[in-house]
Amino acid sequence: MKSIVIIDYGVGNLQSLRKAFAHFGVEAVVSEDAKEIEVADAVVLPGVGSFEAGMRGLRLRGLVETVQKRAKENQPMLGICLGAQLLLSKGYEFGEHDGLNIIPGEVVRFDEREMKEKIPQVGWNRVYPSGDVSWKGSILESNGPKSVMYFTHSYIFAPKQKEHMFGVTVYGGKEFCSVIRKGNIYGCQFHPEKSGEAGLRLIRNFISLASAPRA
Amino acid sequence: MKNIRIIPTLHIKGSNVVKPVHTEALRVVGHPKELALRYYREGADELIYLDIVASLYQRNFDFELLKSVSEEIFIPITVGGGIRSLSDIKNALRVGADKVAINTYAVHHPEFLKAAAEEFGSQCIVLYIEAKEKGDGRWEVYTDGGRESTGVDAVEWAKRTIDLGVGEILLTSIDRDGTRKGYDLELTSAIASTSPIPVIAHGGAGNAAHLEEIIKKGKADAVGVSSIFHYAETDIGAVKKNLSGREINVRANYSN
Repeated sequence: MKSIVIIDYGVGNLQSLRKAFAHFGVEAVVSEDAKEIEVADAVVLPGVGSFEAGMRGLRLRGLVETVQKRAKENQPMLGICLGAQLLLSKGYEFGEHDGLNIIPGEVVRFDEREMKEKIPQVGWNRVYPSGDVSWKGSILESNGPKSVMYFTHSYIFAPKQKEHMFGVTVYGGKEFCSVIRKGNIYGCQFHPEKSGEAGLRLIRNFISLASAPRA
Repeated sequence: MKNIRIIPTLHIKGSNVVKPVHTEALRVVGHPKELALRYYREGADELIYLDIVASLYQRNFDFELLKSVSEEIFIPITVGGGIRSLSDIKNALRVGADKVAINTYAVHHPEFLKAAAEEFGSQCIVLYIEAKEKGDGRWEVYTDGGRESTGVDAVEWAKRTIDLGVGEILLTSIDRDGTRKGYDLELTSAIASTSPIPVIAHGGAGNAAHLEEIIKKGKADAVGVSSIFHYAETDIGAVKKNLSGREINVRANYSN
């Protein structure tokens, strides 16, 4: 059995994630222990909370470098919502804050002036492949047109490089990046653990990624 | 247009789901776990789970029950009833809640909403309003399960809490709750049409036409529904199909 660790950094809906893995017979370990996180086959950085509270939680537990090291080694990682936003370089929720800087870019607020819908976006919305990227072999494979996912957020990814944009979503008439990817590091703005069957497919694919042999 | 969320609401008393009329609990309608699972499978977009006595008797929230209810549910769950500290919120999130709905404690300690939003993010904090009509286009906020009047104006209160950082408003009309006569259109519209954050209309749904009205005219971003689902008069798939025919976008259910 491959080991999957859900990183507990003080904020987050850990139970919903744990049970999504349990649905596939995987007992994910919830941990704030750097050693446990280092040796896991895959980790999830979950997310409910503000950018600043999230980084503070990681820092207090001495986990910033642990997570960055895993990313450098291209070990499978799934950031969700806030956990995905933290993968970027900077966030602007309640002031400017440094992120993990694993994927270059920023986390910025939806531009209210240009939106025809309310902010936060709360609800179900479709995720499309960004530009001409293919989802084949990725954790989004097999979702295709059925990838309607649950979002709840006011801030969005603004990755610096187009190559890190993996999925996009349209809200209020504007397209934004809803999935970022760099190798085996994924970040989803939506909550797969809360997105019914479509989200569960993503979780299942992530378990496969964790189990795949790596160099 | 965005997808409108259809949200079955479970009112919990002890270990049962009950159906309140005018927020007073009348009948036991089923077991929380069974109903939650049924609604999930039928294509509910979220669930609302309200312990209707936790606040009233200063009782602690039953976190174990919530944990067992949420076990096989993979959609968002908003939990309310007796939430009065940051650790209550943390505990609720740890047993499967995604958001918390706060009424009574917030009315007495508005600054709590700000602290909660800063710690958990606005998207996690739902303002729960139970309002009663006072005439002349005014509605008063009630607390403690609809029993205590507060003198607080519902529309003013909503505006104030948005500035404090709440991310969503769950708006119950005490007058319509359990009547199946339709939502309170004026109340919902007064708050939803000016609110920059989503408003979930609740209380009074009796048929699909009521939902259409509160979405199109009331500007509700989501609708809470209980009686018509609890008594299996219709199911969520049928309601969504009906709404699609009325040119309202809803998430199709792909799980079946």
